[in-house]
Parts: sequence; C-alpha cells; structure tokens
Amino acid sequence: MSFPWAKEYTPKHPVMRFFDEKLPLPRFVYNAVGAGYPVPRNLSYFWNFGVLAGFFLMLQIVTGVVLAMHYAANTEVAFGTVEHIMRDVNWGWLMRYTHANGASFFFVVVYIHIFRGLFYASYKPPREMIWLLGVTIFLLMMATAFMGYVLPWGQMSFWGAQVITGLFEAIPVVGPPLKTWLLGGFAPDNAALNRFFSLHFLLPFVILGAVILHIWALHIPGSSNPTGVEVKSESDTLPFHPYYTAKDGFGLGVALLVFFTFVFFLPNALGHPDNYIEANPLSTPAHIVPEWYFYPFYAILRAFTFDFILPAKLWGVLAMFSAILVWFFLPWLDKSPVRSGHYRPLFRKFFWFGLIPVMAVLFYCGGAPAEEPYVMISQIATAYYFLHFLVILPIVSSIERPDPLPFSITEAVLGSDDEAAAGDAAPTAA
Amino acid sequence: MASTTANADATPVNTDGVEGEDGVRRRDFINIAAVSAAGVGGLVTLLPLVSQMAPSKDVLAESTTELDISSLEAGQSIKAVFRKQPVFVRHLTQAEIDAANAVDISSLRDPETLEERTKAGHHNLLLVMGVCTHLGCVPLGAAEGENKGEFGGYFCPCHGSHYDTAARIRKGPAPANLVVPDYEFTSDTTIVIG
Repeated sequence: MSFPWAKEYTPKHPVMRFFDEKLPLPRFVYNAVGAGYPVPRNLSYFWNFGVLAGFFLMLQIVTGVVLAMHYAANTEVAFGTVEHIMRDVNWGWLMRYTHANGASFFFVVVYIHIFRGLFYASYKPPREMIWLLGVTIFLLMMATAFMGYVLPWGQMSFWGAQVITGLFEAIPVVGPPLKTWLLGGFAPDNAALNRFFSLHFLLPFVILGAVILHIWALHIPGSSNPTGVEVKSESDTLPFHPYYTAKDGFGLGVALLVFFTFVFFLPNALGHPDNYIEANPLSTPAHIVPEWYFYPFYAILRAFTFDFILPAKLWGVLAMFSAILVWFFLPWLDKSPVRSGHYRPLFRKFFWFGLIPVMAVLFYCGGAPAEEPYVMISQIATAYYFLHFLVILPIVSSIERPDPLPFSITEAVLGSDDEAAAGDAAPTAA
Repeated sequence: MASTTANADATPVNTDGVEGEDGVRRRDFINIAAVSAAGVGGLVTLLPLVSQMAPSKDVLAESTTELDISSLEAGQSIKAVFRKQPVFVRHLTQAEIDAANAVDISSLRDPETLEERTKAGHHNLLLVMGVCTHLGCVPLGAAEGENKGEFGGYFCPCHGSHYDTAARIRKGPAPANLVVPDYEFTSDTTIVIG
C-alpha cells in the first residue's frame, strides 16, 4: 500500500526481531509514521493539522476521563461537582479548562484541516473515502461537543439541550415523540443528563475508531500535496521520520503555545458567562447562542423564517444538516481534473471571494441576536453557501481552464527533476 | 535516542550537517535538545494527572472529628466517624484495665502497654480506629451484645482476629494492634481526633 521505494523495517536487535515475528507492532509504526512511510516532500504547514487534530482528540480523551472521575451526572449535584472540580480537586481547574478550551481548539484545528481539504481539493479521487470518513468524524465531533456542553448543567447547557433536541421536533409525524424519547422526558432533566454523559463518554472512542479508518484510508494513496500532482518517483518523497515528525513536532509546539495561552490567561474567553448560572427550567437567558464553533450552522438554522410548502422550522433544520451533508457529495460535485486551488484560477476566485467571506458572514450572524439585519444577511449568505457547492462548483470545475501543472512535485520544488538527482542519490544509496 | 540514529541515517550530508571539530553535528545537538525539552515537558504533565486522584481539598477538610464523652459510663462504648471510618471509644472498667495490664508485653505480636495506647490522666479511656489491621473490616465488640472475642476486647468476624481489652492483637491473622489515631483532650470531656 505504500510506494515501492518505501524502506523496509529491518530490526537488528534480537528482541525486536522476536517482536516482529510474533506481533509486528514496531513494523506497523515504522510503516505508518516512521522512515518506512514516504510522504510528498512539498507539504506545507497546512498538512500539520491532521496530526494536531489527533493530538487534541487524545488530549480531550485524557482530560475527559479525569473529569469523569470527579463529575456526577445528576441534576441535583452536576453543577456543584463542576465547581468541586474547580475548587477542591487537585489540578481540577487545569483539567477542566484544558478540556473546555481543548474542545474549541479541536474545532479550530479541524476547521483548518477541512479548509485545507476544500482549497486543495483533497477529497478528489483516489481520496474520496478519506474525505467521507472525515465528514463523518466532524458530525460525530459536533454531537459529542454538544452533549459535553450540557454536562455542567448551567443555563446555556440546559437551554442548548432544549433547543438542539427541539430540532428533532421539526421532523413531520415522528418529531415530537422522537424528542420526548431522546430526552426521556418532556424537557431536559435527569434522564437526559445521564444519557448525555454516557454518550459523551462513548462517542470520543467512536471518533477514535473513525480516525483510525481515516488514517488507514489515507495511507493507501498517501497524502496529497500543495501542487495536487501525484507522487511519481522517489525524488518526490521524503521519509515521514525524521522529516515530518520534526515538522509536525514544531507545529505541535506552536499550537500548544497558543492553546495554553488560552488555558492559562483566557480560560473563559470562548465560553458564555451564563453557563456559570445553574440550570433554571423556568427562565431562558436573553441571548442564547451555541458555542462559537456552531455559529455558521446556527445562522443557517435561523435563516428560515417563512413557511414554503414545508414549515419554516423544518426548512431550517433540513438546511442546517444539509450544509454539512453537502460535503459528502463534494468529490462528485467538483468535476475538475486538477486538484490544487493554486492551478485553478476561476475556482480560486470563487473560493476566496465567495465561499470564505460567506462562511465568515454566517459565522458572525450565528453569534448575533436573531433580529434584522442579521436575519436577512444570514438568508443571503445561506443561499450563496448552497449555490457555491451545488451550482458554482460544478459549473466552474467544468468550464475553467486550469493553469499548467508542474510535471512532478520535484519540478515544482526545485525547478527541474535533474536538479533533484544529485541530492537524492545519497539517501537512496543509504 | 532512536530518533537521533535514524536522523543520522536518513540525512544526506549538507551544510546543516557540518561536523564540528569534535565530530558532533549541529543538527544532532538541536535534535537532542528539542526531544529532551519535549520529554521533560511530557513528564511534567504526569504530575497533575497523577495528583488529581489524591484526596481533594474537601476530603482533607473533613480530617478532624470532635467528640463529647461526658455521658460515657464505665463499661460503655461509643462509635464515631473519623475520615469516613469508624472510631471506637471505650470507657474501660477496672477489670478490663487489670486484664490488659496483666499481660506479659513480650508475648504480644505488637508489644504496647495500655498506658502507651491512652492519654495521661485518661488511661481508662481507649480510643482506637474501628478498622481491623488485617484487611480493613469493622471489628465487633463496641456495641452491647456483640462478640468481644476470646480476650474480651474486639473480634473481627471477617477473618477471625481477636483483640484484647487494650485493643491489641492477640490471635488471628491481623499483623498489628487496632490503630490509635492522633487525638487530644481539649477539655476533660471533649476529644478532637485528627
């Protein structure tokens, strides 16, 4: 599944040879993230974000398991146990702030990862399955993050649970009983809190499983790269270790600096103060918004204010889910034979001046109050969002004339393949 | 260390890899420095992860118990709770004190006199943890009608340890006498444990 020039694992120590024969785990690691995995030599820092996402998943699992040791999922005590974690548990404040900000940074990193995939069209053949699994992981992340936000049982937790489960009510016929079934009651209460805790513990491990499939699928064709030109020869690649372990290590260091700046100095900057008020089923906070990472989708949900054949509420829910589901069809909506946005002038214009500003507008409107002019702006932006994926992208990818591609990755990096020959002779001989 | 070796294998000699006078390349130094810093940082993160499982502040705050023993008559016991564990306080009768003092200390598994196990001026008041030193069951004998064992003190029903009137282990698997926690008399009738 790797390139023919991938270095073979040859253990020298008898203990390692014993292992290799009985359980070839070191060989597996060597071929996955070691010198035995050749990777395109021209990956930019945008290619760091997969590893970073994996890191933040592990960080969330470790801190989450710790928090679960001190938290109790019962409406009587849940809010109190969170304060107990903050005040009494040794390093509890660090665990909770790392977990809460870790969720935000997991989304930051994954959004940049998705952005990379969109701009460089990483979803194109032969990497469709990687993309499909990635979108699935993103959906699982959203569900996990939502349920995690309910657990502290503050005001935003409660009303978030009320609003999000209310989405299911929009489904015709089965909606209302479905909501009651999901909550185990008529409003969020102990039954809901308990099942959300159970599922919030379970889903990260489902995500981990999906991530393993995601990486497995990735390692069949190998990574794409900023030129979008496939690897042709050994001079187009470098061994993952030490080149990309070093590059990813550096990127991880930078990410951790930014992350812990938030954890230590701005721990509540990304949260809502209202969630430090215990849940009160009789009083809704004046301005209720989800966590920042759901803003664009929340704006799409609220954009539908009029009944048209179907009720407005159902349109909003359908549009919100479709905004992500449309990503599943990207590999077939984008018909261009060229991957990278660098060589697609028209696509690039619509990407930078169409999709990205519209996403920014939706993001802003999602955090704004549900009043004019934000509603109308959300409606226009939502319309453009779907227009981009369903109309503009297929048409542009069919009619545009891509710029000439470099012959190979090596040529793109060094100007010509001949220049690479001298420098590459050394590792080949080694 | 493995990474250093692999680095050396995979790296073609170029300007970054220029050897110094002693044969050490700058790249090796940077590699070892970076990996060491990351390693130390990684180890430090274990501190909060391990420490979070130690007793939290609210648990430690429960670490004293105050007892009023003014109504405790000779021959009576009370059970109290210290750190979520039972404490036995027994007002010994003269017969029990005599029985405890009659024992040859050198014959005991955990040699201690009754005097050592009680406070000066209150040698008739025996305060011990109600936790068997074998595997932590609560021994019988503090409440009326309970089996006091062969030596008239406490008897642990789990694995059959017998304690005498000074709560010293006399027979059975327990390795030590019932533990006397730190406590003091704040007045003639008030004890603070912990």
